[in-house]
Amino acid sequence: MNIPTELRYAKSHEWLKEEDGVCTVGLTDFAQDSLGDIVFVNLPQAGDAVTAGEAFGDVESVKAVSDVISPVTGVVKAVNDALLDDPAQVNADPYGAWFIQVESVTDTEALLDAGAYEAHCAEEG
Amino acid sequence: MELIFERSRPGRGSDLLPPPDVPASPLPEAHRRAAAPRLPEVAESEVSRHYQAMARHAFGVCDGFYPLGSCTMKYNPKLGEDLAALPGFTGIHPLQPEHTARGCRSVLDRAGAYLCQITGMDEMTFQPAAGAHGEFTGLLLIKAYHVHRGDTGRTVILVPDSAHGTNPASAAMAGFTVRSIPSTAEGLVDLEALRAACGADTAGLMLTNPNTVGLFERDILAMTEIVHAAGGLVYYDGANLNAIMGVARPGDMGFDVCHLNLHKTFATPHGGGGPGSGAVGCKALLAPYLPGSALGGGGGAQSIGQVRAFHANFLVVVRALAYLLTLGNTGVRQAAEGAVLNANYLKHRLEAAGYSSAYPGLCMHEFVLTLEQLKKQTGVSALDLAKAMLDQGMHPPTMYFPLIVHEALMFEPTETETPETLDRAAQALEALLKTARENPQALHAAPVTTVIGRPDETAAARRPVVRYGFEEG
Repeated sequence: MNIPTELRYAKSHEWLKEEDGVCTVGLTDFAQDSLGDIVFVNLPQAGDAVTAGEAFGDVESVKAVSDVISPVTGVVKAVNDALLDDPAQVNADPYGAWFIQVESVTDTEALLDAGAYEAHCAEEG
Repeated sequence: MELIFERSRPGRGSDLLPPPDVPASPLPEAHRRAAAPRLPEVAESEVSRHYQAMARHAFGVCDGFYPLGSCTMKYNPKLGEDLAALPGFTGIHPLQPEHTARGCRSVLDRAGAYLCQITGMDEMTFQPAAGAHGEFTGLLLIKAYHVHRGDTGRTVILVPDSAHGTNPASAAMAGFTVRSIPSTAEGLVDLEALRAACGADTAGLMLTNPNTVGLFERDILAMTEIVHAAGGLVYYDGANLNAIMGVARPGDMGFDVCHLNLHKTFATPHGGGGPGSGAVGCKALLAPYLPGSALGGGGGAQSIGQVRAFHANFLVVVRALAYLLTLGNTGVRQAAEGAVLNANYLKHRLEAAGYSSAYPGLCMHEFVLTLEQLKKQTGVSALDLAKAMLDQGMHPPTMYFPLIVHEALMFEPTETETPETLDRAAQALEALLKTARENPQALHAAPVTTVIGRPDETAAARRPVVRYGFEEG
């Protein structure tokens, strides 16, 4: 399983990359593997507010629909519209297929580093 | 197999309709279509063979064991079909004067009275066409109740995380915000989390009891009390009523409104054989808001309005009434007891065969296995096992639901299965478990006896083909 060391992780299986005050959020390799083939992605729109710990979108796989939780509170700067037409990118390249970029971040969930996230995944099986 | 469009030949057809014997009266130009509809042109004999072939490729309750959890695929007595086919029921018109349709009115009244007796509700409407439609209708009643009291701040519906997916969807459709309540490790609603989630914005709680993992919510009285104390109402999802009918009543547990799936619990055709009926019952406090119909009552000044044309799926109600009259008071209770007994018997047999239950102990009418360990050890998933069951002449159980159980398989045998059928199913599943450990590849390849093995579900969801691709020109 791929867990890049430069990213931080939420227990609900989102990854977060912070660069110049902008947070990029996506789903982890573990999440895409557990969900199976993803067939739909619902995303917010640029300008929407997101709240740490609350759903900002959802993904649908052949098994189930799952919420995607925002690790930060802020305003959506950009969304990766390409996922709407080609949700398979989430399975093929989970760390390239980002969901949203958030700016004006005022709050961040307690996040895990790669080592702690790997232990968390092992616990969840 | 050939599609009906592929059997079509220009000019071929049937002489079912005689030539018109009145002058043709053309539609106004604006309403005429530019080109003829491309309907299949097929002889009656070919149509018959087409549908017969489809029936052979399908699997119904009359083909074999059908333990599709949460769906209550019980046997539908043929007597119900005979009664629903009586010309007095099939030959009426929804707009004919009420005094010429008193038999039909009596069916609705009697079925409503019996179902009120079974659920502990005061009024019943047969307008909703299916379960989710019933949920939507029930939620509109809850909304109307709060709004008519001027209590407009109640915008949140609470839903346990084990709920049927239709619950949050119906709540969202009715304009509510959904808040999820976690389950305990035992598989029951977390009372403290419920208490914490209740407040001035609580419109109501949606709950099914027994819940989706087949357990009876023991603290149900405390739960309904918590929600009522916060000013909310409580909705009973009747999907699992088969476990308790004739034994316990949602109305006595504190529920204010419920829907029933007549097509599950009351033995009317289901799945592709519908249509369904999502009858909604409510306590007197919600009765003023019920949708109305000319024969069904209701429809006063505060009504939410009709939710379905005329009297909805009336012939389904005829079948349900036939079922109730056949069983009688004691039979209804026996059916529920049989459903619970069969589920516990099969659960016990499968546990003895080496399967892991998601929740140990006694269950109600259904139970959930988890194949999480098996998948780790052998790579065989719940999907593989479900597919392999098809080769054994059984319909698979519900898979990957509820979402709180990993690699879930949810079995609901229903009361209409014999001990021999349950024994055969247990033996077949024991053999499949052995195969999973010795030759997992065989299960990845299953099913091998069906017309279609493993459809590409991903491609079907990503690029659905929902109409016939005519060759243009």
